[in-house]
Amino acid sequence: MDLLKVNWGRRKHSLFYYLFLASKQLFPLDLYLFSPNPFRFDQPSSSSRLFDFGRMSQAGVDVPAKGGFSFDLCKRNDMLIQKGLKAPSFLKTGTTIVGLIFKDGVILGADTRATEGPIVADKNCEKIHYMAPNIYCCGAGTAADTEAVTDMVSSQLRLHRYQTGRDSRVITALTLLKKHLFSYQGHVSAALVLGGVDITGPHLHTIYPHGSTDTLPFATMGSGSLAAMSVFEAKYKEGLTRDEGIKLVAEAICSGIFNDLGSGSNVDICVITKGHKEYLRNYMEPNPRTYVSSKGYSFTKKTEVLRTKITPLMERVEITEVGEAMEE
Amino acid sequence: MMDLNLDAPHSMGTTIIGVTYNGGVVLGADSRTSTGMYVANRASDKTTQLTDNVYVCRSGSAADSQVVSDYVRYFLHQHTIQLGQPATVKVSANLIRMLAYNNKNMLQTGLIVGGWDKYEGGKIYGIPLGGTVVEQPFAIGGSGSSYLYGFFDQAWKENMTKEEAEQLVVKAVSLAIARDGASGGVVRTVIINSEGVTRNFYPGDKLQLWHEELEPQNSLLDILNAAGPEPMAI
Repeated sequence: MDLLKVNWGRRKHSLFYYLFLASKQLFPLDLYLFSPNPFRFDQPSSSSRLFDFGRMSQAGVDVPAKGGFSFDLCKRNDMLIQKGLKAPSFLKTGTTIVGLIFKDGVILGADTRATEGPIVADKNCEKIHYMAPNIYCCGAGTAADTEAVTDMVSSQLRLHRYQTGRDSRVITALTLLKKHLFSYQGHVSAALVLGGVDITGPHLHTIYPHGSTDTLPFATMGSGSLAAMSVFEAKYKEGLTRDEGIKLVAEAICSGIFNDLGSGSNVDICVITKGHKEYLRNYMEPNPRTYVSSKGYSFTKKTEVLRTKITPLMERVEITEVGEAMEE
Repeated sequence: MMDLNLDAPHSMGTTIIGVTYNGGVVLGADSRTSTGMYVANRASDKTTQLTDNVYVCRSGSAADSQVVSDYVRYFLHQHTIQLGQPATVKVSANLIRMLAYNNKNMLQTGLIVGGWDKYEGGKIYGIPLGGTVVEQPFAIGGSGSSYLYGFFDQAWKENMTKEEAEQLVVKAVSLAIARDGASGGVVRTVIINSEGVTRNFYPGDKLQLWHEELEPQNSLLDILNAAGPEPMAI
């Protein structure tokens, strides 16, 4: 509310003109919170931006910058598709991704097939992305979008950790992801299952491409979500042990692998507990290659290694002061 | 599988209700969030806290309503600090209305704000699509509300007690769940008065059965939780 008072005082234009201009943007009252310019790397991390009143009042001097994502090209793309132009196909992760909360933490699971239309582009891709040492995120939808969004938020979380001196919390990752996805109004096609254990306990959230989130004890996403959800609905109960949880997650992913065309290959599992995480890559491989040539494969021209020279690019930084972790 | 359209934006089909009674308000909602024809979350919480004494029921697009309530919670937090006392329900409703009206082209969310403050007591404000704000003794919203207009005309009366008001809300949400495909799950209620906030939870299978509704038979919940597997009888 402070923002509005300051702006009214300084503006040459009348209130109605401001409201008229403002209504053309996504969220007029909070321009800085809400201008998703992907190239603005000089911006401070979003957590400090929230309380930065000084900068906001400076924005009132000129006509407010036209923030927000410009959807003009999206309209043009729709028009071209209607005219009959075939859109270039992109790599989608058809996918079955799941998460569940067990007694000591969170277990995430994913299949490993990446499809490009009807073709399997990658038989063993990694869909469980690192966000923080105690937080992992499974991604379904367009592979580029899930990779980019999780990488971006992971680096924002790291900067936030340096700034606050504390471990990242799952809701921080959730809010960063949700704000980004909402501002692109569903065009960033990333459906995520975010799980982790922080100082407040284990958390599991689902995030949809339009920016809505749900907090659940067990969750599934992707094209195989219905198959996996049927397994969870039948067999989930509170207080599962680690082995029971892993078995249930593997069963749910297998159900997606075998019953959904967009999912396949192997099962990846990630177990996160307080202070410890286990990334079980290819925990299960229920689709082995059935035919391997008995003669074996030989590749005639070998690449010779002439010389090896290793140059370290970064010197390890010694951190001398370690802050106390916040107990709440 | 194609007609399920799992990429559709999440909407909360929903039935949301807000009712004033003698001393406060009762807010109620169902718990179904759907994506096209698939129920994405069967136990969602559509009654979101804005401040200690003001809650909002959300309906319409899940993403839009979550973002609006997050912004308003943030503004109200600042406002409370600056004011030095709890925010009033009228201010909360007005903040929501400003966001909803100024962004009416982009947002698709209907909200019911309810709370208690020391100046006006219990108040309910309805903010449907478009951004009008209307102060009402009771408000209904969401797709399931269509089935409740007649019911409320007949059943609502002034100066109910807290128990009567809550029973009315639970009965109404349960009737709407019976008739509206986009509403379902459990019934969550929030009672706000001078003493504070009470949240209650009514599981879907314990609700009263209405016309032509059957008792659950061979429910997986009963079979799975039975002691030990039964051998198949031929």
